[in-house]
Amino acid sequence: MNVLAATLRKLGAMAIDGVWGLGFASRFFLAVLRYSGQSFRRLPLTIREIYFSGVLSLLIILVSGLFVGLVLGLQGYDILQRFGSSDALGVMVSLSLLRELGPVVAGLLFASRAGSAVTAEIGLMKTTEQLQAMDMMAVNPLARVVAPRFWGGVISMPLLAAMFSAMGIFGGWLIGVVAIGVDDGAFWSQMRAAVDFRYDVLNGVIKSFVFGVAVSWIAVFQGYDCQPTAEGVSRAITRTVVYSALAILALDFVLTSFMFRGL
Amino acid sequence: MNLSVSNDPNAPLVRLEGVRFAYGEREILRGVDLTVHRGQVVAIMGGSGCGKTTLLRLIGGQLRAGSGKVEVDGQNLGRLSTDALYAMRRRMGMLFQFGALFTDMSVFDNVAFPLREHTDLPDELIRDLVLMKLHAVGLRGAQSLMPSELSGGMARRVALARAVALDPMLMLYDEPFAGLDPISLGITGQLIRRLNDALGAASIMVTHDVHVSLGLVDYVYFVSNGVIVAQGSPEEIRASVDPFVRQFVDAEADGPVPFHYPAPPLESLLDGVTA
Repeated sequence: MNVLAATLRKLGAMAIDGVWGLGFASRFFLAVLRYSGQSFRRLPLTIREIYFSGVLSLLIILVSGLFVGLVLGLQGYDILQRFGSSDALGVMVSLSLLRELGPVVAGLLFASRAGSAVTAEIGLMKTTEQLQAMDMMAVNPLARVVAPRFWGGVISMPLLAAMFSAMGIFGGWLIGVVAIGVDDGAFWSQMRAAVDFRYDVLNGVIKSFVFGVAVSWIAVFQGYDCQPTAEGVSRAITRTVVYSALAILALDFVLTSFMFRGL
Repeated sequence: MNLSVSNDPNAPLVRLEGVRFAYGEREILRGVDLTVHRGQVVAIMGGSGCGKTTLLRLIGGQLRAGSGKVEVDGQNLGRLSTDALYAMRRRMGMLFQFGALFTDMSVFDNVAFPLREHTDLPDELIRDLVLMKLHAVGLRGAQSLMPSELSGGMARRVALARAVALDPMLMLYDEPFAGLDPISLGITGQLIRRLNDALGAASIMVTHDVHVSLGLVDYVYFVSNGVIVAQGSPEEIRASVDPFVRQFVDAEADGPVPFHYPAPPLESLLDGVTA
C-alpha cells in the first residue's frame, strides 16, 4: 500500500512539475514576444543571428537534402517501375519532399546544428554571468540576446527547408533522369502538373515555420533556464535536441492531420 | 521620471533597514541595517555563504527583500517597476567576480557597450570616451584584444572600465580581488579607490581580502549568519577585540566561525573502530 502511495505521489509530483515547467516556458515565450520589438528595430542584431543559425547551417542542409533526394530517386524508381509508372518519379520525389521530408528532416537537422548552438551560447553566457552583467547595465537580456536568436531561427527555418527540398528534388532528378534514364520531360512536366502551390508548397512552408518557432523557443528557453554549470549547459543542449525532435514529429502529425486529411 | 529623489547631499546613498531574505525555506539575511554615503568605499566581509553576495544583489535590485527596505538614492528598490529599476541601474556599475566580459566582443566593444545602448553619442565621441576609460585602467593598448586573450587581472580591469563607462553614482564590486596576483591585486585596489574619488561616487565591495581592504576602504561591515555582527572604520576594526573580527583579521582556523561543518561527534561514527 505504501509503495502504491509513494508511486502515486511521485507521479503526481512529476505531473505538477511538468505543468509548472510548461507554464514557465509559456510565460518565457510571451516575454520573448513582448521584447521582440528591438529585434526588428535593430535589424543587424537579428541578421547576425540569421547568419549564425541559417547561413552556417546551409552546408549540412544542402548535403543532407542531396542525399535524401538521391535515396528517394532510387527507392521511388524501384517501386514505381513495378507499376509501370516510373515517369511519375518527379511527382513522388517532389511531393515527399515538399509535404514531409523537407520540413521534418530540415527541422531535425536545424535543431541539432543551430538549436544546440543557441542553447550552448545562451547557457554559457548565463554561466559566465554575462546575462547578469547585461541586466545590471540596464540592458534586458531577453530583448538583446534571446529575442534576436529566437527570430533568427524562426526566419531561417522555412528558408532552410526550402533549400533542402530544392536540393532533394535535384538529387531525385540526378538519379532518376541522369543515372537511370527516366524521361526528362516527363519528370518535370508531371511534377508541374501534380504539385499544387497552396496545397503542397504552402502547407510545407507553414509546417517549416511552425517547426522553426518550436525549435527556436525550445533552444532559447533551455539556454536561459539551464543550471549555470558545465553539466547544466550540457544537459540543456541534450534537452534541446531531444525535445525539438519530439516536438517536430508530434507537430508534424497534428499539422498533417489538419492539412492533408481535412480533420 | 524623477531619477534623483534625494536632494540632501548628506543623506545616505544606500540604506538598508531590517532587511530579511530567504531562498525558499533557507533564511540568508535576518534583519540587516546598513548605510553608505557618497564618497565612501565600504567593504562587506564575512565567511563564505554568510550572505554577502546576496546583500550586494539586493542593493543592485537583482533580488527583492522578503521584508525590510532597500533604498538607493532615496528610492525603495522593492517598489520600483522594471523600467524604473533599469533607470536606476543606469546610474550603477557592477564589477562581477570574473569580469563577465562579453566573449564575442573585443575589449573596445565591451567598454563601448553601455554607451552604445544608453546614449545617442556619435561614434567618434564614443571612441574617445572608451579610450579614456581604458586609459584610466591602463589598458588603452589592449583595445583590440578579445576577452580570451586577457589575463584574469586584465579582464577585471576591462570590466571595471566598462562598469564606470556611464560615470555611475554607485559602484558594486563582487569579490574584486579573488584570484589576482599581488601586483594585479594592488592595481585593482588603487583603481577602485581612485575611480570612486574621481567620480564622487559610493562603492560597496564584497571581499575576503582583509588586509588589502583595510588599507583602502572607509568603513567595514562584518556579516555572519545573516546579520551584521561588527562594523567600524579600518582603525576600529584593527583595534577590535570582538572574537569574530579577530578570527577574521588574524585568519584563525577556529573560533566563532567553526572549522568543522556541523556533524555528529566523530566518536559516535567510529564506535565500532575505537572500541
